Amino acid sequence: MGARMKKKYEAGEATKYITRAQALKKLQLNLKDFRRLCILKGVYPREPNNRKKAQKGKLDKKTLYYVKDIRFLSHEPLIWKFRDFKIFMRKMKTAMEKGDKDTVARLKDNKPSMKLDHLVKERYPSFLDALNDLDDCLTLCFFYSTLPRDTKVPANLISLCRRLTVEFLHYVIAAKALRKVFISVKGIYYQVEIKGQPVTILINHQRGFQPTTASDVDYRIMTNFVDFYTSMLGFINFRLYHSINLQYPPKLPGITINENATDLEAVEEYNELVAALNTSLVANVPEAEEELQIDEFPSADGGEKLEEAKREAEAIERLKTLFKGLKFFISREVPRESVVFVIRACEGEASWESSIFAGSTYDETDESITHQIIDRPSVDKQYLSRYYIQPQWLFDCINFRRLLPVEDYFVGANLPPHISPFVTERLGDYIPPERQVLLALERGETLPAEEEEEEEESEEDSSEEEEEEDEESKAKKNETTKSQVVKEKKGMKVMRGRVEMPDTKGMDEEEKEHYKFRELMIRNKDKRLYRSMMKNRKNREREAKRLENKRKFHEKEEKALKKSTSTGKELTAKWSVQPLSSTTSDTQIIKKIKKDV
Amino acid sequence: MATASKSAKRRFEIVENNENSAEVDDIIEAQVSDNADDSTDEESSEYSGLEDEEDDSDDEDDNSDWEEGSDEDEEDETHNMSTNEDSEDDTGENKVRPTAVPMIQDGPSTSTAQLPTSPVEDEYAYDSSDEEDLRNTVGNIPMNWYDEYPHIGYDLEGKPILKPKRGDEIDNFLRKMENPESWRTVYDPQTGQDVILSNEDVDLIKNVMGSRIPDGSYNPYEPWVDWFTNEVMETPVTGRPEHKRSFVPSRVEAIKVGRMVHAIKMGWMKPREAKDDSVERHKYYLLWNADDKSEDVRRIENPIPAPKPRLPGHAESYNPPPEYTFSDKEINQWNRLADTPYQRKFPFIPKRFSSLRAVPAYDRFARERFVRCLDLYLCPRAKKMRLTIQPEDLVPQLPKPRDLQPFPTVCSMIFKGHKGLVRTISHDPSGQFFISGSDDQTLKVWEIATGRCFKTFEVKGTVRCVSWCPNSAIALIAAAVDNNVYLINPGVGDRLVQAKTDEILKEMPTQTDYLIPQRVRAVLTWNEPDKVQWASGFRVILTHLKAVKHVAWHSKGDYFSSVMPEGDNRSVLIHQLSRRRSQLPFSKSKGLVQCTLFHPLRPYLFVATQRHVRVYNLLKQELTKKLMTGAKWISSIAVHPGGDNVLVGTHDRRLCWFDLDLSTKPYQALRHHGQGIRAVAFHKRYPLFASGSDDCSAIVSHGMVYNDLLKNPTIVPLKKLRGHDKFDDFGVFDVLFHPTQPWLFTSGADATIRLYT
Repeated sequence: MGARMKKKYEAGEATKYITRAQALKKLQLNLKDFRRLCILKGVYPREPNNRKKAQKGKLDKKTLYYVKDIRFLSHEPLIWKFRDFKIFMRKMKTAMEKGDKDTVARLKDNKPSMKLDHLVKERYPSFLDALNDLDDCLTLCFFYSTLPRDTKVPANLISLCRRLTVEFLHYVIAAKALRKVFISVKGIYYQVEIKGQPVTILINHQRGFQPTTASDVDYRIMTNFVDFYTSMLGFINFRLYHSINLQYPPKLPGITINENATDLEAVEEYNELVAALNTSLVANVPEAEEELQIDEFPSADGGEKLEEAKREAEAIERLKTLFKGLKFFISREVPRESVVFVIRACEGEASWESSIFAGSTYDETDESITHQIIDRPSVDKQYLSRYYIQPQWLFDCINFRRLLPVEDYFVGANLPPHISPFVTERLGDYIPPERQVLLALERGETLPAEEEEEEEESEEDSSEEEEEEDEESKAKKNETTKSQVVKEKKGMKVMRGRVEMPDTKGMDEEEKEHYKFRELMIRNKDKRLYRSMMKNRKNREREAKRLENKRKFHEKEEKALKKSTSTGKELTAKWSVQPLSSTTSDTQIIKKIKKDV
Repeated sequence: MATASKSAKRRFEIVENNENSAEVDDIIEAQVSDNADDSTDEESSEYSGLEDEEDDSDDEDDNSDWEEGSDEDEEDETHNMSTNEDSEDDTGENKVRPTAVPMIQDGPSTSTAQLPTSPVEDEYAYDSSDEEDLRNTVGNIPMNWYDEYPHIGYDLEGKPILKPKRGDEIDNFLRKMENPESWRTVYDPQTGQDVILSNEDVDLIKNVMGSRIPDGSYNPYEPWVDWFTNEVMETPVTGRPEHKRSFVPSRVEAIKVGRMVHAIKMGWMKPREAKDDSVERHKYYLLWNADDKSEDVRRIENPIPAPKPRLPGHAESYNPPPEYTFSDKEINQWNRLADTPYQRKFPFIPKRFSSLRAVPAYDRFARERFVRCLDLYLCPRAKKMRLTIQPEDLVPQLPKPRDLQPFPTVCSMIFKGHKGLVRTISHDPSGQFFISGSDDQTLKVWEIATGRCFKTFEVKGTVRCVSWCPNSAIALIAAAVDNNVYLINPGVGDRLVQAKTDEILKEMPTQTDYLIPQRVRAVLTWNEPDKVQWASGFRVILTHLKAVKHVAWHSKGDYFSSVMPEGDNRSVLIHQLSRRRSQLPFSKSKGLVQCTLFHPLRPYLFVATQRHVRVYNLLKQELTKKLMTGAKWISSIAVHPGGDNVLVGTHDRRLCWFDLDLSTKPYQALRHHGQGIRAVAFHKRYPLFASGSDDCSAIVSHGMVYNDLLKNPTIVPLKKLRGHDKFDDFGVFDVLFHPTQPWLFTSGADATIRLYT
């Protein structure tokens, strides 16, 4: 008796995977239901180690799932719900076509519904797992909460999303968990830290009606996702509220509303008040403020790290109470919700005109207001007791983790660039100057803003000197590098002695040649990788160089512009140019009209 | 019927043309109504001429129907005929073609109902049953088959029936104008004649077109006869008494209702409440008790969390630093990639907005969310190890060249004197002199220490190769010049040795019992130099059949080999100096032989063809190894003094190091030259080797061979020696190590020889 002959693809990689068509057949589902099931259960295709083996020798690319995953899906009770729903739809259709209203009503009452609670627990066995996956969930829920109530998306889902996202914002405010913000062209990014995990949310700019009829977007698929995400977000909210002793669902102090009240208007009003984000929620137990201090342990190697961690903790502590004691008034053209959220997350007070939205606490005439946030070129009536600033100030303050000078952000001012706090630079990458300031601050160096100011002041004084210097430098271009030394002392002098370095150039060349030979000796299998890595590095360097040059060029231009305007009466120049252009355009138009006539 | 009406319409269109009127239907209606009263034959409509015409449309079913109908109606017709005989003159005509009257074209005056030809009459005389016009026997075929012929079919006798003349359009028109019946005249393709429709036909057509019953006699508004009335009969139909349950209420139902009433009263039964499961569905509770303690639940296999979306960079800002905004050029490039948007650097154009108010809604937001969702459930996931290494980590750590000294680093001497490119150099065994051969047809002997050219030998022809005899007991140089190999006494160095050499070579050894084989004799002759040549140093001249490219000495100095690449199977020759004999070791050609070398210790011969190096055992006379270089064209080989390592230089820039103990494949292949390699050399004492290339450089490398068999040789490139100039695409031709010092000679195409120390 010889051993049985082994057949190909009966063991190993080939038995681990199943194609989608096979899975459909096995589960006896149609593609739509299978998709829905996969979305809800979080089952996704897998990339095999060896695709040819996994596909049993077939060469065309197929969607492969784990056989075990599909088996796992086959035990899911939701499949029966799908089938029930199919039957329900069939019965409904029959009844509707027969015009049997009684049956329709009865069927509607007994419409099969799904609960996805068990899925949340199953997909995220621990709370941290859930937090790790919260980015997509929140971004999509926020997006759904802003959708118009047209027929593509069920309206109750939209209002549910709105409710849940507002609850989440309340948690962030209460827990002071906001860490970074960034206004991008896509929307506003918020990074929130929950249990040490960063969660990044993108909330789209809300600009009027955006219909859901885009042809390249299938809202049904997204709705499947949102179905699951709402369950997930609800449980996460509950857990988060529980962790900081807040009542869930959120309750406003002083207002009592009956849960079973039929007065829809009152409920809506209450919900609006909650959505205003302007009132702290009711806590179960009054919280005792207790901050943990990092104890100092003497350690040989981690001293620097510890120092850094301590500095970071301090900065975050500062951030949490950044706007404490400041009173903001939000003008009507400013995106209210995001600004209120940002202010309240850092312990500021905010209010707005009561006619815009419910929940405003004080009026514009309040003299104790310190900042008024405004996003228009000019204001007619100004209070002397407050700063009129643009909303970017708030966001920059949070990213810098300190209150920035308000001068750059005044109404009508040319705003400084708003940079992303999410960039982590690699060695050799370009870092814009604004970011360099931020990094220096993070390292614990003093704020150079004051120095900058001084410089600016001195700049005006020394502008004439600079001009002279410029002329000089033009004459001696090669000495520009030593210009500072030259500036200090002119005329005859004794130079300080210098240590003669050994012939570094020759050495370098030798090293270079040696390195070249070493490069030649790279193993063949690493050669391609090495080349691609070097290519990428070179590209990065080139990109950094490009950006740097662009910046330099821009600054030069800017400077030239400044100089020309400062010498030739800035204001008049500015004002004289604009009307001129307008008049010319007007005359042109008139000419055109005449021609047409 | 539809086809019938269609064909009818077609015919009426012909009529319409004749009538010069615009509205067909109007005319038909008007005229038909005029004639409506005349219709007398009711049965005629049952098989009208129209249906006859319909046969033209090749509809077989219709045809068969028609025929059946005709058979059935046979009797009726005969009957009707008798009844209507006196009322209508042409009923007999109707029997044959019941409703249509053929009209003969020729005579315009015969337009009224007329008996056309005698055969018809005959037919009528003996048989009235068949209404078909049987003059034409072609049967039911498309009549357009006869379009090309002058006849239209065949009669019963088999004679062709000629088509009646139709006249030209003007005639037709005039005739139509004159003829009052022209509006009801149609063309019968079966007979080729015009037929005047009868009143019944017109009626029938009218009915068909009006979607009425075609039979004109049918009256749709006949008086209603009320057979079943709603009036109650005075006496019942049956005398059976009614059942009790028809007038007594049901007790079972009463009990059921009573129970329900009771249940409602008791509050057991309630009206159905509207369910609102949304509250129930969205009821949340504490799902996780602890933060990171995961409970054992069934999960999917080996879950991989989705990668987080990429975080935004500075360029995505609504107010980016100026260097991130696009210049015009970048915007153009961005626009150009409209067809391949994935190649764009960003999906949007970075732009500076003066204020937050001015930022519009991002139009791709929904799309991006959607794509992310697609990614989450459609993208295959796998765990990939991310490389955290720097590219420098991939570069092997080699010993510092400084630790591997001594090796030549600087050019310390340049030997000038040649006027053409110096192809070849070779040193004497002691290392005091070296000889060089050049394209200027000279050989020069140089002293290394002083750089002096001691002697110059004029040869007639390009010097391809020189080789100094490695035996220090004789002073002899072998030089390959065109077809000859000269053995030259250089006349430098030890006088005694020179004299001894001369003495040995003065006389040809007696070869009485030796017959030169025919193969050898054909390609080679050993010649004595004449007196002039002897005086200038030439001792022996071996004249070959073809040009000699390479000569190489055996280490003992008695044997040497010469290579004629064009000699096919006689390209390699081995000569014995002492007995002045030559032999051809190979009987078969294995390719274009480039060069040969003797093994320094053992009786092996290396033969390099274009692609392979073959190692032959000279004693056993067999092939022992074949080295696969993988190169296209081998230029030179060198053997390590230990004999176990071979260096092969190739024209395709590759330098292969073979460890003969290890494998027949290269132990290491280096490609550090920019162009093809011309020469390779091993140092006799130091662990050095060098390669010279057309890129005007020679590279000195460290190549240590260990006695330990388990340890592989270490190869470290040390130094690139430059200095030669390019001439005619050639750089360095030959490289040569000094036998005792770590010095390297290179000969170049720029007519110089350089010494690097």
